[in-house]
Amino acid sequence: MNMMWTVAELTGAGANIQAVFSTATYILAAACFVLSLKWLSAPTTARRGNIVGEVGMAAAIVGALLQNNIISYEWIIVGLVLGALIGAPLAIWMPMTAVPQRTAFSHACGALAATLVGTAHYFTHVPERKEEMAVLSVEVLLGALTFTGSLMATGKLQEILPQRPITFKGQNIFNFLVLGAAIACGVGLTINPHLTILFPVLLGLAAIFGVLLIVPIGGADMPTVIALLNSYAGLSASLMGFVLDNKLLIIAGALDGASGFILSIIMCKAMNRSFTNVLFGAFGQVQKSSGTQEKKTVRSGTPEEAAQIMEAAQSVIIIPGYGMAVAQAQHKVRDLFDQLTRRGVDVKFAIHPVAGRMPGHMNVLLAEAEIPYDRLIEMDEINGDFSQCDVALVIGANDVVNPAARHDKNSPIYGMPILDADKARTVFAIKRSMNPGFAGIENELYYADNCMMLFGDAKAVVSAVAKELAESAEPVAA
Amino acid sequence: MPTPDIASHLYVFILAAFLGLEVIKRVSPLLHTPLMSLTNAISAISVVAAIEIAGRHETTLATVLGTIAVTAAFTNVVGGFMITDRMLKMFKKREPVKK
Repeated sequence: MNMMWTVAELTGAGANIQAVFSTATYILAAACFVLSLKWLSAPTTARRGNIVGEVGMAAAIVGALLQNNIISYEWIIVGLVLGALIGAPLAIWMPMTAVPQRTAFSHACGALAATLVGTAHYFTHVPERKEEMAVLSVEVLLGALTFTGSLMATGKLQEILPQRPITFKGQNIFNFLVLGAAIACGVGLTINPHLTILFPVLLGLAAIFGVLLIVPIGGADMPTVIALLNSYAGLSASLMGFVLDNKLLIIAGALDGASGFILSIIMCKAMNRSFTNVLFGAFGQVQKSSGTQEKKTVRSGTPEEAAQIMEAAQSVIIIPGYGMAVAQAQHKVRDLFDQLTRRGVDVKFAIHPVAGRMPGHMNVLLAEAEIPYDRLIEMDEINGDFSQCDVALVIGANDVVNPAARHDKNSPIYGMPILDADKARTVFAIKRSMNPGFAGIENELYYADNCMMLFGDAKAVVSAVAKELAESAEPVAA
Repeated sequence: MPTPDIASHLYVFILAAFLGLEVIKRVSPLLHTPLMSLTNAISAISVVAAIEIAGRHETTLATVLGTIAVTAAFTNVVGGFMITDRMLKMFKKREPVKK
């Protein structure tokens, strides 16, 4: 008996070591991921966080490759190479202004991976246990809808698809019916996992629902939607961990899901709307323009005038918006920042949480222009400073500085926290024209007595102002 | 395969979710964009499951789906970490250009 035991032990030992090694790398990866996010809390430790995440990921991948149930590696290698060929150029060559669409695209990839793994799992071992089948159905349903939804979001952000909300009568009911049918398939599969035909039907319905979900959402609501899709992609990865009994997946997916969830709540609070309102409220529709359409006039100014006023100011607060991103004006904004700072003007940037097309968008653009990050200040912290500041410069931002949000109950943005730009002594707003933009709401700020419009492309205008400042440079007294 | 125990999965999920909420709450809003790309990269750990499927060669369908899944997930691994690093490199504090 001892001999038989030894032979079995010997042949089994190799396999055991592999399994132990894989599991060890997975545990290490989980720890690395948590540490990674912890270190992301501040810019000084953040890069370290990224590196430890990479270490964890590399360890887990090695652990996966060394598993003993892998027969051959050709297809794995094909996948890895293709993945690198797609991922690396996107990361290296894509301009920072395209980060929102790249992010949406990555949600699509993550959701696709989860859906395909779930599908492959179903068709190779039909789960017998009800809980497993139920979780698997939820996983692929969520994965499929996140996949198509994220592709739609990418298209809208890249402006390949129309950015206006597209609505039709009975839309919400129709969408719910589609979702309901998909859920019904899931229930059917749970009751009898061998009804294989229901599985592709479930996928198809979920995919259609994903498209329908995003179609009525306008460009300005994208930050919330991207955060939500982030959460769903993470959640489907986590559910995959339930099905495959892989705790690392459960943890990593939960971390991603939690992150997306927090970000979407922050976005919703910053727009003062609930999730359901963003997803199903078809923002574009609600624009009963706030009553009186008196022909009010705006004061328009030149870059020279703006430069003169800014030169004499002690403090300037710049408010960047999506318009700055579109015009790629961030580098010119840096020039302006330098010119003003050289004259001893205190320049700060007020960042509204939903400025831009994704959370933190403005910060990344301004950081790219090498503006020191301690000048970038969140709305809550900086709002009190507007009443003491001499000049507020609004660059391509609209709703986030519209005072109508404070008092106009008819306005679709009523109640939304805004930047108190109108409290500054003088406000300059850079805009291409008086066209109202997506939301179609008139911005009261432009008609205020202390506001002067600077019409033109953001990049050109900012550049002109900076040039004026440079040319009128008196020698700086020692 | 050991019988998956949904209770222990739920324990892990709940703990991880709460831990995630706590840790992420403390991330500065300055860094919300790199946060998204980093969490995307992290959840691309699903590449590990895809590798297993693409490697086990159980059925043609599974191998094909597995390969596409490896591609999709690894795109996020490579792209996610790279772009996060690229963004984080940009955040600088005091500029030497003070003259």
